[in-house]
Amino acid sequence: MSDEVDHSRRRLLTAATVGTGAIGVAFAAVPFLASWKPSARAKALGAPVEVDASKLESGQMMKVVWRGQAVFIVRRAKTVIDQLGGHDDMLADPKSDDSEQPAYIKSSGAARARNPEFWVGLAVCTHLGCSPLGAFEPNNSFQVAGADLGANWPGGFYCPCHGSKYDISGRVFKSMPAPKNLTVPPYAIGANTRIAIGVDDAPKAVS
Amino acid sequence: MNKLWILLAVGLFSGGIAAADEGGVELQHSGADISNVDSLQRGARNFMNYCSGCHSLTYLRYNRMGTDLHIPETELVKNLMFTTDKVFDGVNIAMSKTDSENWFGKQPPDLSLMARERGVDYIYSFLKGFYVDHARIWGVNNLYLPNVAMPDVLASLQGLQKPVFKPDSSARMVLVDVESMSPGAMKPEEYDQFVRDIANFLDYAGEPVKAKRQSMGVFITLFLLVFFVFAYLLKKEYWKDVH
Amino acid sequence: MALAPESAGSGKGLVGWIDQRFPLTKMWKEQVSEYYAPKNFNFWYYFGVLSLVVLANQLITGIFLTMSYKPSSAEAFASIEYIMRDVEWGWLIRYMHSTGASAFFIVIYLHMFRALLYGSARKPRELIWIFGCLIFLLLMAEAFMGYVLPWGNMSYWGAQVIVSLFSSIPVIGGSLVEWIRGDYYIADATLNRFFALHVAALPLALVFLVIAHLMALHEVGSNNPDGIEIKKHKGPDGHPLDGIPFHPYYTVKDLVGVAGFLLLFFGVIFFAPTFGGLFLEAPNFEPANPLQTPPHIAPVWYFTPFYAMLRAVPSFAGTQVWGVMVMGAAVFVLFLVPWLDRSPVKSIRYKGPIYKIMLGIFVASFIALAICGLKPPSGIYPNLAKVCTVLYFAFFVFMPIYTKMEKTKPVPERVTSHE
Repeated sequence: MSDEVDHSRRRLLTAATVGTGAIGVAFAAVPFLASWKPSARAKALGAPVEVDASKLESGQMMKVVWRGQAVFIVRRAKTVIDQLGGHDDMLADPKSDDSEQPAYIKSSGAARARNPEFWVGLAVCTHLGCSPLGAFEPNNSFQVAGADLGANWPGGFYCPCHGSKYDISGRVFKSMPAPKNLTVPPYAIGANTRIAIGVDDAPKAVS
Repeated sequence: MNKLWILLAVGLFSGGIAAADEGGVELQHSGADISNVDSLQRGARNFMNYCSGCHSLTYLRYNRMGTDLHIPETELVKNLMFTTDKVFDGVNIAMSKTDSENWFGKQPPDLSLMARERGVDYIYSFLKGFYVDHARIWGVNNLYLPNVAMPDVLASLQGLQKPVFKPDSSARMVLVDVESMSPGAMKPEEYDQFVRDIANFLDYAGEPVKAKRQSMGVFITLFLLVFFVFAYLLKKEYWKDVH
Repeated sequence: MALAPESAGSGKGLVGWIDQRFPLTKMWKEQVSEYYAPKNFNFWYYFGVLSLVVLANQLITGIFLTMSYKPSSAEAFASIEYIMRDVEWGWLIRYMHSTGASAFFIVIYLHMFRALLYGSARKPRELIWIFGCLIFLLLMAEAFMGYVLPWGNMSYWGAQVIVSLFSSIPVIGGSLVEWIRGDYYIADATLNRFFALHVAALPLALVFLVIAHLMALHEVGSNNPDGIEIKKHKGPDGHPLDGIPFHPYYTVKDLVGVAGFLLLFFGVIFFAPTFGGLFLEAPNFEPANPLQTPPHIAPVWYFTPFYAMLRAVPSFAGTQVWGVMVMGAAVFVLFLVPWLDRSPVKSIRYKGPIYKIMLGIFVASFIALAICGLKPPSGIYPNLAKVCTVLYFAFFVFMPIYTKMEKTKPVPERVTSHE
């Protein structure tokens, strides 16, 4: 009834069919997996946020939202900026080696900013994500959330959840619950102190 | 097997019947070609300049339009964006809801999906179908949308038209066509191209992925044909065992 | 990974370990590699496996659509456009789902037609057919609710019309409709519950019914185009002489059928996803508007035969319930087919001329009813619908008579092939 079964032909055809089918399945999987990537709407909502920081007074802070997170912008007085290099021994990571920030922030040293007058950083404590409070007055028996920050306090941020302290460049003090300095997002400073958070290059001015 | 071909033929035929326009004046053929990017660019320019004052395209993002129509972002922002919208926003209008209801009686519809709902030829015909009608609030009516609430925005380009009436089977005068009454700034062929571009652009706005989907389809079909051939040969080989 | 073990539990390696704890190889053999199916399956036998393919497609694409769709009357329409434009590849997933819905009905109608051709509903396969009719019924509910979800203008008004049908039921009609809607009109509550039913409840029920359908099939064995029982003639190895193992012969043949189907399926998706307004209807590209009905309400094409029957039955004694009853009867009469066919032979190949003519008239009137249902009720269509409704029911009602009285041809002992 049957001739010799040509096994090699069967193997070849099976391989060709299964191979093409597998490629087809891989093609078919791509749209489904890719559909999980941030959509155009997510990208729109996560677009860079532009802030006009010129209205900030010295020693004042504002918070804006970028990609669902709060961002600090602090205008620092010259006296504060000058003191930034003076307390490295109190800090866990004074050179920001273990923290997250763009390269241009790390290379700016103690200021941790593109323009030392304005400090920009995520208002997210690196311990468990609470929103720290501003406590900018140095050497103050400043009562913040019921805590006495002590006479050596150089000014900075204080997280009320578990007591983590950061200096005014967002660098965490030693022996704090928080492991890292406050994260600095990518940002650029354009004309007239317009800060664009979420981009590395300043957007071109629109007339 | 013959039954199957009959079924298929009837199915396709009735698809054609279902899709045909019912009643009203027959639409004009637009000749819009969605693969013609130049036309789409002109259409975008025409729409943004003449239509986007009242008609939004909320589902079409500016940056999507820029990418698909090969318009660089700087050009897009400079020439096609007139509101406070950002480049990643949809095309929104500046006119408020209350104002539009006060001025026009109703909000001008969003046109994102107009081409999918009524078709390219409808948009093309509509923009060519305005005629002078002193009984109407704006002094115009439209052959394809009786008692339209919209003024004749493009009158300066097309010129004015007047209605043409003909007697029907029961000798009543019915509106069948429009014809030119006074010329506009554009010659008829120029104006036709102008509105063809708008219709084409709105066709794009209805489904921005259409051109890409069609070109992808060619590749997918070829791939499936290869798979089909392999599967068929495999089947034939194994079925040598049978009978 | 080769499936090497000879018998359950004796195999080595991973498969052997599993086999000692779960009937993996046993099931593979019983259901696939040693399930003997008649060797004379023809074109009409593709539609079972194609139904499974489409079911899988609807489940997978449906799950992914649910990840981005918003089931509220305020957001649903916009979420569909979000899927079409903002979600990467969302447009393809959407089109696969919408085309799949229509493909499902094409495949199912042809699958059911096969049963009418070859007597696949007859004893001992009545339960397979009953499960199949239940699947058909649930599929219609599933498709109807799915169509409401985009909350376009046709979604809204289609829901309005079909749900209102239930108000014609005497006494309880009004309260029933309010109970179905969850509100005094087709509202957000209605949409949300249809979403829950469409995404969770009905798919689960459908999958169970499909499993039951296949179990019932495998219990008895497949019918074939000659309508004869292959188990009557077994070889020395105990397998039917006219049977061949499902794997590899029908796995390999069905692959060709699937490939051909995918060519057509993706052809539609990439080149004509609205299919001339039949698969995605134009009025549905406008958001639901309770103040303005589309100029021409029609259900999606796969419901139009039944819709035409509904419209064909006039109002009588002040109520429209008769039309609803006729429409319901058109579906329920299908359940009776195993007992209506009294012919001594199963397959149309050996039946007399009357059955062939009646079946042809049935198909023609079903298609004509579909066209009538798509058209507005004017011109020749209302009368055509009335005539075709009668012809549709005539096929079933008179079947016990004409199948018994007609002269049949002698049935062969062994299968024949028309390839």
